[in-house]
Amino acid sequence: MNPDSPTGGSRELVLSRIRAALGRAATTPADRPEDGNGPADDSAVPRDYLRSHVPADDPDALLDLLHRNLVDYRALVHRCTPAELPDLIGALLDARGARTVAVPPGLPPAWTAAVRAEALANDGPGGPLTAARLDGVDSVLTGCALAIAETGTLVLDAGPGQGRRLLTLVPDHHICVVRAPGQVVASVPLALPRLDPARPQTWISGPSATSDIELTRVEGVHGPRTLEVVLVRD
Amino acid sequence: MRVALFATCVNDALMPSTAIATVRLLERLGVEVDFPAAQSCCGQPQFNSGYRRACEPLVRRTVRAFAGYRHVVAPSGSCVATVRTAHPRIAARAGGGLAAAVGELTPRVYELSEFLVDVLGVEDVGAWFPHPVTYHPSCHGLRLLGLGDRPLRLLRAVRGLELLELPGAEECCGFGGTFALKNAAVSAAMAADKTAAALATGAEVLCGGDTSCLLHLGGTLRRQGAPLRPLHLAEILASTEAEPWRAP
Amino acid sequence: MSGTFLGLPAFPEAAAAAVQDERLRANLRHATGTIRAKRARAVAELADWAELRAAAKAVKDRTLDRLDHYLVRLEQNVTAAGGQVHWAADAEEANRIVTGLVRATGEREVVKVKSMATQEIGLNEALAEAGIRAYETDLAELIVQLGNDRPSHILVPAIHRNRGEIRDIFADRMADLGRPAPEGLTDEPAELAEAARLHLREKFLRAKVAVSGANFMIAETGTLVVVESEGNGRMCLTLPRTLISVVGIEKVLPTWRDLEIFLQLLPRSATAERMNPYTSLWTGTHADGPDGDGPEEFHLVLLDNGRTDVLADRTGRQALRCIRCSACLNVCPVYERAGGHAYGSVYPGPIGAILTPQLRGTETPLDASLPYASSLCGACYEVCPVAIDIPEVLVHLRERVADGPRHRLARAAAAAAAYVLDHPGLLRAAERAAARTRRLHPRRLPGPGRAWTDTRELPAVPPEPFRDWWRRNRG
Repeated sequence: MNPDSPTGGSRELVLSRIRAALGRAATTPADRPEDGNGPADDSAVPRDYLRSHVPADDPDALLDLLHRNLVDYRALVHRCTPAELPDLIGALLDARGARTVAVPPGLPPAWTAAVRAEALANDGPGGPLTAARLDGVDSVLTGCALAIAETGTLVLDAGPGQGRRLLTLVPDHHICVVRAPGQVVASVPLALPRLDPARPQTWISGPSATSDIELTRVEGVHGPRTLEVVLVRD
Repeated sequence: MRVALFATCVNDALMPSTAIATVRLLERLGVEVDFPAAQSCCGQPQFNSGYRRACEPLVRRTVRAFAGYRHVVAPSGSCVATVRTAHPRIAARAGGGLAAAVGELTPRVYELSEFLVDVLGVEDVGAWFPHPVTYHPSCHGLRLLGLGDRPLRLLRAVRGLELLELPGAEECCGFGGTFALKNAAVSAAMAADKTAAALATGAEVLCGGDTSCLLHLGGTLRRQGAPLRPLHLAEILASTEAEPWRAP
Repeated sequence: MSGTFLGLPAFPEAAAAAVQDERLRANLRHATGTIRAKRARAVAELADWAELRAAAKAVKDRTLDRLDHYLVRLEQNVTAAGGQVHWAADAEEANRIVTGLVRATGEREVVKVKSMATQEIGLNEALAEAGIRAYETDLAELIVQLGNDRPSHILVPAIHRNRGEIRDIFADRMADLGRPAPEGLTDEPAELAEAARLHLREKFLRAKVAVSGANFMIAETGTLVVVESEGNGRMCLTLPRTLISVVGIEKVLPTWRDLEIFLQLLPRSATAERMNPYTSLWTGTHADGPDGDGPEEFHLVLLDNGRTDVLADRTGRQALRCIRCSACLNVCPVYERAGGHAYGSVYPGPIGAILTPQLRGTETPLDASLPYASSLCGACYEVCPVAIDIPEVLVHLRERVADGPRHRLARAAAAAAAYVLDHPGLLRAAERAAARTRRLHPRRLPGPGRAWTDTRELPAVPPEPFRDWWRRNRG
């Protein structure tokens, strides 16, 4: 067996076992009219569950729901207008006592206009932000791809203003800016069509937590132990 | 209205008082009761132990015994659940037209509280039972038949009866047929927790809808010398001021 | 499956011992009791739970029915996105593939995300034999690994340990494997989590190779999904240079859209959360470009290891729908009292009782005893988010065991009992004989009957069977 072979190991054996177990030859195109997201998909699977559990067309209510659910899972939530955002970010970092803050490429420059901590970028003078370097960085400031109100979830997809996945993982303090109403969706079914599977994604619902001790939730293990979310109403 | 009583083999052999109470209760409500003598066991112990083929004659017998009755009533959630869920599976594998016969019988078989509430449309059956009672909903009635709160509605309408809520009511008592023998230690631990919860309610009577569970819990309570006696729902509903229930 | 489970006693013996362990009973009662109520609340929030459950079942069944096709499609899309796909027919082959991949990197240690598949194949032991150290990074897995213990729950492998025991394990053992536990460590869960954070951080920062499983694989896009809470998964999936994911073939889903069902069902069923803290989704490698992200090399090892045997059984096949949420364990009264170790497998509880005998067969006394490790109360089926009718499969597997050579006598006894029940004359005679001799019946039975009378009185045999009462009064 060659471990580097893309079809290494027992490919044909496993496939033939599957076909034997199903009692037929290889699955043919006629057996799978529902491939992809075409309309036949819905005839094969009963998708009569709800697209969302709250009205998807009430931006204020969605923002309030997102706010509540973020708080419920121990995120610290702040709200402001676009004009207030720079000062709020600066104040949050000051309150934290942050001396350094990692920033991703593509972050709107205004967001760091009032930041007194040293902003560190991957292409900055100190060299790339490796995991080891990030371990010594106090905070990280990012945007997001979207937020899901029903579940209190932030989705990051490494797009502009979000950066690589490790950026929001290694520092202990993450400030994430959500722009409403544009980035707020009601539910998981409404979020997925807006996301590109080709991008690496991290869905974040509250700070790092564990239920491993007596099945009781405790916040704060390996990811950022403090998650601050700024909801900006455009 | 005329119904066939499906007494179940456990009640027939070990707890005839449950079947007798069912007869008296139904007759008091104006129902004419038949006991087709050809009936026997539904085959549940065999089926649940993996002896599906041994059940085939019992399924055939059940179909034959209750042919021609519009309503078949059994004071057992577990046996009715076997008829509804296991008999079709047994029949499907048995062939010989059994599946069609079973499919024809199944919708006519009712658990007692189902029959009272859904078919007769009564909740107050005119019973009188001046004792504190707690109710354990056996698993098969609860989950396979979806009896819901029918038994509780019937009990709440009983005059003089004080219904006490059983904490953790929906948790299994640990009987489980051969489980009680094959995994006796776990079964006994489950029974101990269930009887402790029932005793803590302060009830005098532990009511249930399945005789097997009551034999298991009653046997545990008697071994403990605990002041709590098991009674089938039919026995409580059969009791009236004029004729208080006394096991014959 | 893992060698650590070989030679264990059958379920009833192991469970009987566990029932006597007061501390274990208390730990399990506390933990499962807490999660049961929380799960019920989380599920009740969704008015369309039943519809989601039906859709999940349908998606999984459709996938299993065309499994060859979806795996090939997955392979194409993972490969196109820069990943490499390997196929393992059994545990031995999977271990050989992973060991070879780690060796090729020149590294001697790997960090691991909690993964049932790698536990099932005994990967850590196989790596150790090859001189490669595997560090578990999930908190509960770390507790199990440090304590030289075995997992007892799918989601929370150290559920049998309470906070005091965890404190002692950390204080005694962390130093042997890296950074010691902080001085004066107490049993506060937050402090224990902090100790794990410090202990593991140095390992994450230096790790070059990670091994994971996956909760879902999307055939249409080649995307893998890992659902977790602590962030150890994110660490392993993004920091190292090489990522190796070992995933059972049944974890594939056809479309990206299918996630909308499972990402709603899984967190609520598993930890009773609207959404778990972290979910990572990646498609091949994303390391190219100036802001390259995550591992440069990604290997997906598709694992059969008995799954195609399960697939071949029309009734048993539904066990392959399982998304490893653990709701069935948390609600099971038998699991609560017997504990996970009694099931002798990395898959304990109701799902284990139907999965293990199908993956391993029913040859050993332990595996043959698992289908009987249930009172058939049905609580597991009720909570299962993919509607696996566990009681149905248990009974089906009992039939398989009962048809085996060891059960000739029991089979004959069952047939004899059914014969009597099918002949009312014989039955009536037996009932009357019992009634006539009832004063002679002992309180305690010898032999197999002892299992009843050790803790329960026998029912008093009535003076006459109901049949006779009917004939006298109504006949």
